[in-house]
Amino acid sequence: MKTLIKQDYSLENCPVTEKLFTATGFCRLTFYAPSVTTEAQPGQFVMVHMPASSGRYMLPRPYSICSVDRENGQLVIFFEVGGRGGELISTVEPGTTLRLLGPLGRGFPKPQAGSLLVAGGMGIAPLVFLAKSTTVPRTLIYGSRTAARMACPREDLDLPGLTVVEVTEDGSRGERGTACEIAERYIPSSSAVFACGPRQLLAALAEAAAERDIAAWVSVEERMACGIGACLGCAVRTDQGYMRVCKDGPVFPAGEVNLQDEHTECLCQSGGN
Amino acid sequence: MSIPSACVNLGGIELDTPVLAASGPFGHGREFEVLLDFNSLGGIIAKGVSLEPWPGNPPPRIAETASGLLNAVGLHNPGLNKFIEDDLPLLRELGPKIIVNIIGKNVKDYASVAAGLNGIEGISGLEINVSCPNLKAGGLSFGTDPDLTYCVVAAVRRETALPLLVKLTPNVNDIVSVAIAAEEAGADVISLINTLSGMIIDIEKKKPFLGNRFGGLSGPAIMPVALKMVWQVSEAVQVPVLGMGGITSASDAIQFILAGARAVAVGSGLFYDPDLPAKITGGILAYMSKHKVTSLSELEGLAHTGGDKVEV
Ligand SMILES: Cc1cc2nc3c(=O)[nH]c(=O)nc-3n(C[C@H](O)[C@H](O)[C@H](O)COP(=O)(O)OP(=O)(O)OC[C@H]3O[C@@H](n4cnc5c(N)ncnc54)[C@H](O)[C@@H]3O)c2cc1C
Ligand SMILES: Cc1cc2nc3c(=O)[nH]c(=O)nc-3n(C[C@H](O)[C@H](O)[C@H](O)COP(=O)(O)O)c2cc1C
Ligand code: FES
Repeated sequence: MKTLIKQDYSLENCPVTEKLFTATGFCRLTFYAPSVTTEAQPGQFVMVHMPASSGRYMLPRPYSICSVDRENGQLVIFFEVGGRGGELISTVEPGTTLRLLGPLGRGFPKPQAGSLLVAGGMGIAPLVFLAKSTTVPRTLIYGSRTAARMACPREDLDLPGLTVVEVTEDGSRGERGTACEIAERYIPSSSAVFACGPRQLLAALAEAAAERDIAAWVSVEERMACGIGACLGCAVRTDQGYMRVCKDGPVFPAGEVNLQDEHTECLCQSGGN
Repeated sequence: MSIPSACVNLGGIELDTPVLAASGPFGHGREFEVLLDFNSLGGIIAKGVSLEPWPGNPPPRIAETASGLLNAVGLHNPGLNKFIEDDLPLLRELGPKIIVNIIGKNVKDYASVAAGLNGIEGISGLEINVSCPNLKAGGLSFGTDPDLTYCVVAAVRRETALPLLVKLTPNVNDIVSVAIAAEEAGADVISLINTLSGMIIDIEKKKPFLGNRFGGLSGPAIMPVALKMVWQVSEAVQVPVLGMGGITSASDAIQFILAGARAVAVGSGLFYDPDLPAKITGGILAYMSKHKVTSLSELEGLAHTGGDKVEV
């Protein structure tokens, strides 16, 4: 008798159905991916393989599931074209396919009324899915350095029950300040915090939420190779030692994960494995 | 003409196909359950197991390089007891033969892991990873020195009757002398190569990218290095060689066999394509048909006699 744990992800060739650069350097891709959308939960991600035609040996890249249309099997990812992988992936055209591995990881718990969602930069991607997953009254703080980088189309955030607060560091759109400064105003009256963005933002939010005893969940990023928990490449320090961002996360209770990102001294001369 | 057979005997381990999952990238296998056809894998080499749990290195542990990747996972593993309780039962249900990769900080540790695996069902062999940093020698790996390699292998040999693979590090001047030492100490198979030591620097933060500064390079970038070492070692030892390093296609695998490998292992290639073992096994069989050979033994090391031998 096999007692294998049935995994709920799969690796499939998925046709690209739509491509949109929502702003310069920001790409939104829609796939027909029923194998992923059926089970996908907000906060989960997919590993996107490089186009086969590129002939390149590059690791698949992790991208959050930005939204799903279960009825039509449509899955959206939304990313910044920051490096070589994103660049290659952004060259695909509707009609061609990419291999998607997913849905992967542990997502966010379901937000209750009065939840505060905080997105820094591309951290908006999983929070769009989270915001869409409920209609209870909730607030989203969407922060960015400057208006040109606020790449998520406004209509994606026009959702029943959702209040959106935009903030840019240079004041070029919405309030002036950081997402964290604005969030600190909202945290005392929030039931819980859900955040994704740069580590410093997550660390500050975790602290602010902990001071007031408000539950907080953060989605963290780390470099990945397998995306399924096998290689132990995506470790993050937690209260229980190193955990895998891809399998034990990417969403963690804010209080349990080390967000300081300070790397300790290393002793191992040979490096390896 | 009879049908080609991909079966091989690797140092006493009968394999249905000459393709194994290399230690590490595959973890303990279960995560790949839905992603690949285990019939195409002759064996699975489990992730390195130490006597006590090892915490691994600080993040980041992974970085991508041109046609390869650097990892500094740091042999993070739950230790022997947890491996036996939690991982092995699932591993042995997957189908392929199981080989356990063993690691240690000193000779005694290696021997204790081997002893601890005695009498446990479902293990077809042990692979000693001699690339571990030797704490007594300031962190240099055992595998950089033929005498130290001999000591580790001999100590493990005394504890186990299982077929013994010894996995060599390429970070040495003379791989052949280390391979010979391993063979003399009782290795049944020489397995090579482990990762090549390297690093990358984050130009924004102006410091090494990896938490451990240095990491091990794997993937297609290292294949020519691995192939040459397999070539050299297979000429120098009598025992079979398990070749690995950067294999991402059947033609890569066939090159290793022609260079002298009895079987091959795929590691990082599984990240690019989990279906690789099936493609390699299928590709090898197709190549055998095309070249009218029925047994892989006809191909093993054939390049040594088939072409001109050039020393580099
Ligand atoms: C669970 C998870 C979900 C994610 N979701 C999203 C998402 O929804 N949207 C999104 O945009 N991102 C997301 N990310 C991040 C995304 O995975 C990475 O940005 C992506 O993998 C980068 O790949 P790349 O090939 O484009 O860039 P890479 O080439 O890998 O480079 C990454 C960045 O590092 C820089 N860089 C490269 N080399 C160096 C060097 N030597 N020194 C200094 N800097 C260097 C590049 O310029 C680039 O900005 C997520 C990550 C995780 C873990
Ligand atoms: C993430 C990762 C973890 C590894 N862990 C181990 C290990 O635990 N023990 C070991 O002997 N080799 C380990 N290796 C080395 C591989 O088994 C293999 O020798 C090497 O990666 C070269 O093969 P490849 O290019 O096919 O990956 C690891 C490699 C990687 C990439
Ligand atoms: S990326 Fe391999 S364990 Fe997370």
